[in-house]
Amino acid sequence: MSTERGRIQITGFNPERVEEREQLSDWVGDTKGESASRYQRAWSRFKRNRTAMLGLVIVSTMVILAILARPISVYGTTVQPISLAPYDPAARLSLDPEVQAGTYDSPSWDHPMGTDNEARDLFSRILYGGRYSISIGFVVVSLTLTVGIVVGSIAGYYGGWVDEIIMRLLDVIFAFPGLVLALVLVAMLGGNYWTMVLAFSLFGWAGYARLLRGEILSVKEEEYVMAAKAMGARDRRVIFRHVVPNAIPPVIVQATLALGTVVIGVAALGFLGLGLAPGTAEWGTMLDAMQATLIQGPGGTIPWWATLYPGAAIFLFVMSINMIGDGINDAFDAQADVKVGDQGGQ
Amino acid sequence: MSLRRFAIKRLLLVIPTLIGVSIITFALVHLTPGDPVDFILDIDPEVTDADRAAVRAEHGLDQPVYIQYIDWLTGMLQGDFGTEFATGRDVGDIIATRLPPTIMLGLFGWVFAIVIAVPTGIYAAMNRQKLGDDISRFIALAGISIPNFWLGLMLILIFALWIDLWPAVYTGRGSVYSLDALWFLILPGVTVGTASSAIMMRIMRQSMAEEMNKDYVTTARAKGLPERTVVLKHVLRNSLISVVTVAAFLTAGILAGSVVVEVVFAWPGLGFELIEAVNTREYYVVMGITLFTGIAIIIANLAADLIYAVLDPRIRY
Repeated sequence: MSTERGRIQITGFNPERVEEREQLSDWVGDTKGESASRYQRAWSRFKRNRTAMLGLVIVSTMVILAILARPISVYGTTVQPISLAPYDPAARLSLDPEVQAGTYDSPSWDHPMGTDNEARDLFSRILYGGRYSISIGFVVVSLTLTVGIVVGSIAGYYGGWVDEIIMRLLDVIFAFPGLVLALVLVAMLGGNYWTMVLAFSLFGWAGYARLLRGEILSVKEEEYVMAAKAMGARDRRVIFRHVVPNAIPPVIVQATLALGTVVIGVAALGFLGLGLAPGTAEWGTMLDAMQATLIQGPGGTIPWWATLYPGAAIFLFVMSINMIGDGINDAFDAQADVKVGDQGGQ
Repeated sequence: MSLRRFAIKRLLLVIPTLIGVSIITFALVHLTPGDPVDFILDIDPEVTDADRAAVRAEHGLDQPVYIQYIDWLTGMLQGDFGTEFATGRDVGDIIATRLPPTIMLGLFGWVFAIVIAVPTGIYAAMNRQKLGDDISRFIALAGISIPNFWLGLMLILIFALWIDLWPAVYTGRGSVYSLDALWFLILPGVTVGTASSAIMMRIMRQSMAEEMNKDYVTTARAKGLPERTVVLKHVLRNSLISVVTVAAFLTAGILAGSVVVEVVFAWPGLGFELIEAVNTREYYVVMGITLFTGIAIIIANLAADLIYAVLDPRIRY
């Protein structure tokens, strides 16, 4: 009677639905939509950046040319049969009776970039040479980026003594110029493809770790992180689902620019005669072989093409990479100062 | 935090860093395969094992690694960097003779970087989104992207061989302090300074552009100050803070760059010596120069932090 009268009837509430949603921490619908649209917006802004798109086109072209330069075979099976380079990059053309070529032929229709000190076709060598520098660059950046993200996330998210130890370690690494460490390491281990990768990877992650740590320290204070924690999400989930995706854009920019730095570093070691074996068609190693000719050209003339083109290839690649990096930076940065009106539209 | 407390705390942090740097330097050289004794003696086929053992004992290479490390470290604390295997020269002396040329090259690069970067940065920030800004930004991007050894080679090609204004490489005749050497240093200096200059110009432009949007600039303009005064007196001073810091940090870049550039121009500095030592496995020379580089950068970073703290009190968190 009285109890019945005072009862409040609740309609439209289905307790089963609440139970279905029990794992609130897994409920990411909104977050996902937000971050996806953030990256989508950055991409659409990037597409409108003509300099960055030009860089992207040049880099892709150079990568494709390097892949297609000579056939690739894995354990005897040819996986890539196309051969764009007119000559074998290692072939001494003066030994080939069918080709009229000698040492230091200046650029001509047959040899658009001339020939080098051993009568090898420079154009073929430069097309092919991209394989070394570019692939070392990509391998090193993926390795260092992975390690850097893990270490930086741990340092930034946990703080305290873990952070303190990692930061002291980073201080030590940053006390050396990366090139000097790589140089000593490659010289001690002997120069080949994998020691170069090791030399640039061993300490290369430090930059990402420091950058990401700083970003995470600021993202960590955001309300959505607190919300995720309040809903009982585990540390790993909070870090990799909520904090890292929001802290990562500057790291992506850094990784892009690092690709250029590694390519220059690889070429510098090649130039110093410490990198790949002499005679390898790697851009820096090719310059090393040519350096002496600048001081004393063979037969009184200076084969300028042998110095100009390999270096120009490095320059063009790195410049394009940096244009992409700047473009990504602008695309994400604009996010920071979105006008109030813009957000309403989204 | 007072400036003094900040400085003391920052100075104390240098100690673990120095220890770490010495460990990494030592480990790089010692934990890698390859025996310097083999390298020194292999030229002579009549070397007996006893000779090898003697050479090892002479340089302390027969000791366990951690003893070698402690010996090396205590030696260095007393100013003893070890000796060169082949000639017996003192590594400390080698560094002392090779250091001045590197400092001169670095100074040339540094001055070139600042002289180019600061005015260009100001110009670009004041003419944002105009043609001049676009051109200077493009050149800055090119300056960052160009490999310094190739830039050096191209400068030699153009200015030493085609125009014949400079000697192509340092011939070693005359003192490093002579007028000839100073004239010669212009090309290597430009080569070393280009990348730093480009980075500094970009930072200058960025920080000036940010300062320009602040309220005090509006105030200064509103009270009728000419634009020139606003920029040079107010904006420039505030944005120079970041440039000073970056200039100190760029020391690392200039040091690393000089290794390669010294080889290009055959300039007898630390980098040139390092490459020679690395090729002949002169452990103590490699360790000495690497450690020296590390310490120089630690000091530069320390200076950068302290200057920043003096200029901008907010940083002393």
